[in-house]
Amino acid sequence: MKYSNLRATLAIAKASFRSIIRSPSAVVFSLAFPLIFIVVFANIGGSGVSVDVGVVKGCDTLNPVYIALKNSNVIHLIKDQPADEMNKNLAKGSIDAIVDIKPYTPGKALGLNVQYSKASAGKGGILKSLLNNVFYHMQSELLKKIQSFSALQIPKVVDLQETTISGREYKYIDFILPGQLGFSLLSSGVFGTAFVFISLRLTLVIKRFFATPVKKYSIVLGEALARLVFSLLGATFIILVGHFMFGFTLIHGVVTVLNMLALSTIGLIIFMGFGFVISGLAKNESSVPPIANIVTLPQFLLSGTFFSVTAFPKWLQHLSNALPLTHLNNAMRKVAFEGAGIGDVTHQLLILLIWGIIVYSVAVKTFKWE
Amino acid sequence: MAKQPIITVNNLVKNYDDFQAVKGISFEVYEGEIFGLLGPNGAGKTTTLEIIETLRDKTSGEITVDGFNIETDAASIKQRIGVQLQAAGYYPNLNLSELIVLFCGLYGVNKSPLEMLEKVALTDKAKAKYKDLSGGQKQRFSIATTLINNPRIIFLDEPTTGLDPQARRNLWDLILEIRAAGTTVVITTHYMDEAEVLCDRVAFVNGGHIIGIDTPDHFIDQLVASGFERKKETKGANLEDVFINLTGKEWREN
Repeated sequence: MKYSNLRATLAIAKASFRSIIRSPSAVVFSLAFPLIFIVVFANIGGSGVSVDVGVVKGCDTLNPVYIALKNSNVIHLIKDQPADEMNKNLAKGSIDAIVDIKPYTPGKALGLNVQYSKASAGKGGILKSLLNNVFYHMQSELLKKIQSFSALQIPKVVDLQETTISGREYKYIDFILPGQLGFSLLSSGVFGTAFVFISLRLTLVIKRFFATPVKKYSIVLGEALARLVFSLLGATFIILVGHFMFGFTLIHGVVTVLNMLALSTIGLIIFMGFGFVISGLAKNESSVPPIANIVTLPQFLLSGTFFSVTAFPKWLQHLSNALPLTHLNNAMRKVAFEGAGIGDVTHQLLILLIWGIIVYSVAVKTFKWE
Repeated sequence: MAKQPIITVNNLVKNYDDFQAVKGISFEVYEGEIFGLLGPNGAGKTTTLEIIETLRDKTSGEITVDGFNIETDAASIKQRIGVQLQAAGYYPNLNLSELIVLFCGLYGVNKSPLEMLEKVALTDKAKAKYKDLSGGQKQRFSIATTLINNPRIIFLDEPTTGLDPQARRNLWDLILEIRAAGTTVVITTHYMDEAEVLCDRVAFVNGGHIIGIDTPDHFIDQLVASGFERKKETKGANLEDVFINLTGKEWREN
């Protein structure tokens, strides 16, 4: 029987895949962490800002100001706290403002006391501008009535025309999910690959392999194949959970998912390159995490995983734009939300390709078999 | 019947960066025998073995294994030999059956895991992890992996180091069975009683040289003929016999 390198490669892939799904850390890093982040951020990110406003006991609730506050989806009214507790909370900043509105008689000025807190100046500002808006409308109503009796026209200061164009709603999940997917690929590629190869080397598993007719490339390919299959299954799972539970936007449905998986493959191959480099540099298993964190942490923080890169100062953005995960994330978002195909993200792919060439030329130099 | 050499080592030299581990050794291993490489730690036994196993490059010298040259036909040699390494580990998180399946793929042969485990009496451990085995079971499993490709020769590097007397005797039986099935065995060991029981011929290696090759019997006779006498009169049994007699012959590994 002729020796089959393919068969040997697949035997290693199968063994490695079995080993990965039985190792708790792989499952936690690739699936549990991204999902936890998605659940957490999808829930706090979705509704935007909320301003907590305490309402003093006996406050009039039939006047236009109160009704406007009640109908605002930014303002959260707190009615059931005693006065001293409310004041304490205001001082701490856990309540952003306290309002007390006197009973309203049309034609007379409305009595209104508002207390803000230095502990929560920003949110107080939101309430202030919301109140001003209400006052402006009340004033305009009044002016309109006066105008109807008067021949003297007061010129308009502002002619405001507001329109909202129709478009897809960009939800926070649409931002956070591709970032988490990238993070999952990064940790699986870097940590997983580095740990596997250093442990196979140190426990002489690879040496024992070399006593069989297996080729070196079969070992690398088999390991890579197993990790790829595992990561793509994980990515599919994350995308599906995001789509069906949190309304993650998939413009072209299955085609978009396939494009995202293609991007995941490219990303993972590059991240595994980092893993190969680290497995060569590390002396033992305990020196893997520090080196791997040097690779993963900056990308975790700076590559637009949680917040948009544009939120950073300019000099930091230059650094962000040099990192591979930034471009993988950008490409992912374009594909998922804008419906781009792989051919539309060539700029990102080109930068990833350059990273791939750099990483693998280093890996070839540093990788150790024994 | 003339003895056919299956391994020929001719003037083998191995230099490491700063020292010479093997300093020109030559020997032959005959087909169907159990050949022992004996010697203190650092004598060059493992290095010699790993060069014959194609795991290490030699500096100079010539080696043929089952008619194949080690330099030009390493791939053919790997298909014909079984190798048990000192302290080798196995793929993590897999059970013994799965490991056998993996090795079948690596060797490109079809064997059922149970068939292989049966040869080393480990069928009841088919679902166990390698790391959970006892010392003797680990060595027996290692030997099972060397037999997957029906090798012509197997190499065992200190297979009984660290085993209790029962496990050691049990492994001897296994090695003798393998030889009885027609496989040539090359073994290294520190235990002279073991070499005396198992080996048809032994080579003493010291400081990178072979300082003698012969049958154990012949070596002993020569020494006695030279006037050597043990300090203590040998009794009909030794302490190990007492140990086995008191604790029983059955395996103690579960």
